[in-house]
Amino acid sequence: MVRFIIRRLLFGVLVLWLISVAVFVLFFVAPHDPARGIAGRLATPETVALVRHRLGLDRPVLQQYGHFLAQLAHGNLGYSYYNSESVRSLIVSRLPVTVSLTLGAAVIWLVAGVGIGVLAARRPRSAVDRGATLFVLTGLSMPTFLVGLLLLYFLFFRLHLAGVNSFPGGGYVPFTEDPLLWAQHLVLPWLTVAFVSAATYSRLTRGSLLEVLGEDYIRTARAKGISERRVVYRHGLRSALTPVVTQLGIDVGTLLGGAIVTENVFGLPGLGQLAVQSVTTQDQPVIIGIVLLAAFLIVLANIVVDLLYAVLDPRVRLS
Amino acid sequence: MSDPDVVLTVENVVKHFPIRQGIVVKREMGRVHAVDGVSFAVRRGETLGLVGETGCGKSTLARCITRLYDLTSGRVIFDGVDISRLSRRQLHPFRREIQMIFQDPYGSLNPRRRVGSIIGDPFAIHGIADGSQRKRRVQELMEVVGLNPEHYNRFPAEFSGGQRQRIGVARALALRPKLVICDEPVSALDVSIQAQIINLLAELQDEFGLTYVFIAHDLSIVRHVSDRVAVMYLGKVVEIAPARDLYDRPRHPYTAALLSAASVADPDIADRRKRILLAGDVPSPVDPPSGCRFHPRCPKARARCAVEPPELVRRPSDSPNHLTACHFPVEATDDLARAAGTGGPPGGQGRSPR
Amino acid sequence: MSAVPLEALPTEPAHVEAVRIIEGRSPLRLAWARLRRDRVAMVSAVTIAILVGVALGAPVIAHLVGHDPNTQYRETGLTPDGLPVGPSRRFLLGTDNLGRDLFIRVVYGTRISLLVGVVSTVLAVAAGVAVGLAAGYFRGAVDTFLARFMDVVLSFPFLLFAIALVSIVGPSLTVSIFVIAFFSWAAVGRIVRGQTLSIREKEYVEAARSLGAGDLRIMFVDVLPNLMAPVIVYTTLLIPTAIVFESTLSFLGLGVVPPTPTWGNMLSDSLQFYQVAWWYVLFPGLALLTTTLAFNLLGDGVRDALDPSTERLFAAS
Repeated sequence: MVRFIIRRLLFGVLVLWLISVAVFVLFFVAPHDPARGIAGRLATPETVALVRHRLGLDRPVLQQYGHFLAQLAHGNLGYSYYNSESVRSLIVSRLPVTVSLTLGAAVIWLVAGVGIGVLAARRPRSAVDRGATLFVLTGLSMPTFLVGLLLLYFLFFRLHLAGVNSFPGGGYVPFTEDPLLWAQHLVLPWLTVAFVSAATYSRLTRGSLLEVLGEDYIRTARAKGISERRVVYRHGLRSALTPVVTQLGIDVGTLLGGAIVTENVFGLPGLGQLAVQSVTTQDQPVIIGIVLLAAFLIVLANIVVDLLYAVLDPRVRLS
Repeated sequence: MSDPDVVLTVENVVKHFPIRQGIVVKREMGRVHAVDGVSFAVRRGETLGLVGETGCGKSTLARCITRLYDLTSGRVIFDGVDISRLSRRQLHPFRREIQMIFQDPYGSLNPRRRVGSIIGDPFAIHGIADGSQRKRRVQELMEVVGLNPEHYNRFPAEFSGGQRQRIGVARALALRPKLVICDEPVSALDVSIQAQIINLLAELQDEFGLTYVFIAHDLSIVRHVSDRVAVMYLGKVVEIAPARDLYDRPRHPYTAALLSAASVADPDIADRRKRILLAGDVPSPVDPPSGCRFHPRCPKARARCAVEPPELVRRPSDSPNHLTACHFPVEATDDLARAAGTGGPPGGQGRSPR
Repeated sequence: MSAVPLEALPTEPAHVEAVRIIEGRSPLRLAWARLRRDRVAMVSAVTIAILVGVALGAPVIAHLVGHDPNTQYRETGLTPDGLPVGPSRRFLLGTDNLGRDLFIRVVYGTRISLLVGVVSTVLAVAAGVAVGLAAGYFRGAVDTFLARFMDVVLSFPFLLFAIALVSIVGPSLTVSIFVIAFFSWAAVGRIVRGQTLSIREKEYVEAARSLGAGDLRIMFVDVLPNLMAPVIVYTTLLIPTAIVFESTLSFLGLGVVPPTPTWGNMLSDSLQFYQVAWWYVLFPGLALLTTTLAFNLLGDGVRDALDPSTERLFAAS
């Protein structure tokens, strides 16, 4: 078991290192000169050179990389080219929004997805199952932004026309300021993020549960006279949920790096929106910071999930 | 020095599989002693039967002979040439001479290829015969093994198990090899089909002058086709003799036990037979017993057997070709069934529950 | 040689010139027959065929209607207040905020979506199969390296990295194709590697090796045909993912450069005008949804046709 943990950790570190190299290569070695962009179009070559020097861009590549890594180790992600904040404070300020969005949506999609999946698996080929299938089909075929758009149109705009204002079309209110408003502003974004994921999870749950319910030990449990409800929930679901847990870890890890599309549609000031803004303004330190954070979160999530898997399924430990 | 009459010589062949474990760098923790020093020779035109239970190393040995595996040590000499350490390229011409027939009729044929293409593979790989000439030769082969040449374009799934094994035979014989290793060719077939395939193999041996090494775990099958029989246990040959000698007068206790369990057609004889039941399971090849490997289960074992591995030599009063690896070979007066603690015929004392 | 020569066979009509060959029913042919019987899959296939037709015939359609995708018809296409005009005889699906014919734009958008979707998928599958096959077949150091490499690629935060990449090189059609392919190939590679690892252990591969077949021959003649089924299924399911990916990139302004119409950037613009022009959201959205739905359903049908034992994803029966 310890060996397994060590191996996973080592691999995670390797991945992170490789990503840092990739990021560094792409951004610092690429044929693009941020110094020029910052200095402005009318700047003289001397000014540009000065900016480059200030930014440390005229040092040898390996040295820059070493400096980059060292800074990373201290949690220093540099300064934004365009805002006057450090990248770290920028990210930290945006984090609550993304976290609120991700965790709220996760709760919804878990409950809905797993719930629908279980219902569908218990009654295969019934009306419930068909409905679930339709739901899955739409969810998997729609891009997130389209879901957001449609929700905006129907639940915000049309209701607004009808005089109902319960679902605001965007903006963010911090939880600490007003919990009710906070939730209200997040309802549509939550639904947007959750819709596609719920479809995925419902399919995953349904498939996994059906497979488990076909196993011999379930048949034995039924033969022993255990109620169907207990069979499904206590015996079946326990094994069936392992792939769901795995997927959950990865999805949450990914989203915490920025629910880019949704934040864009609803104008939420989270990491995703920051990422898009930085890309448009070529604010490289910020992009790098977000990318690294996202990578770190995904690797972390993967490790946690693997460990959880090993805890839940003894076979993994022994392999 | 090499006898022109000898097609294959296997000399002290050893094959070990290392078991590796580790976090980043894997180190060897143990080895599976699959084949641990096997020697024998096969003459032109004869059939050597190779018998043993699962895990005794016979399939591994087969793959060493055909160089599908590399040898850990020892030599394989084919037609006077030492092929043990040849590179892939050097081995290529020998692939025409040594062929293998596999056990699983369902796994040994690629389900997505047509039968004609499968049988034609040897021609394609060695650059002999092309186009319509290849097709003709494949169809000839199909007829020789008893298949309808019209089925040239069919897929393996459209054939029965016995027919698929015939396809395997046709493929092996395509280039008229000298030596054919048959790795349990009938074990996966129904009993009635087994006889057909065995008869086919016997006919083809006469027709094409083939030499067989016939691997099986069923003694009764091997008896029918073999000139000589070798018995393997845990990676070593324990006894090797002309077929008749082995079956009439087995000298190794393991051979005797196997024979007592082999199926016999006549129910009366079967009833009267005394079963020798061996104690325990076959030990793991990772850590084989010391001395004679069979000693933990042998009804005749004594102190010496746990210490000194017996040599495979001719014992006194045996014919010159009958070699046994045992310190205390079976004598005619031995009652091994009693010694093993299980006396009497199955089903009670002298009465058959019929 | 005592094999029976062909000329000595009994002379029946069938044996006169050559042996009559009975055609075998290949697994692919059987699968095709099963697919034909699947109504949902067939409807999807027809839909896709229509979409392809529309994409190819876009200039013809534009010519027939008399409108151009990028021309701004300010006089007729905008209301006196400068707002888009709804569906009418002149503008079948209405206009956008610049007075351009939405119908023609949606039609032209089909080209981009299908082009990017199919090309990036083909590239991703080609790369994935090559890498997965090499990793699974050669094992050892090669496999360790390639498998780890695929794991690393799969660990990247896709969209985030994609937009970061685009920001460096600048958005364009080619960039979109390559970026999408880059983030798709590893999933294919992983699956191919898994399949190759198991196929490699099969006895018929051993048999081929014992016959003297070289590695390349075994890979192409024995392993690859057995990979075809999962690869085909994955391809049909990868295409809609690529289409969605492309539309998302366009939506964020990082895909194909305007004024070229793509469904993604149309929907992005519609974000500001949906309150006054519902058609601006509906029609590109519908086109996108129809396309992805069709591919998903077809992919599901293909998977079922190739392996009826697996549970259907979008079971319609």
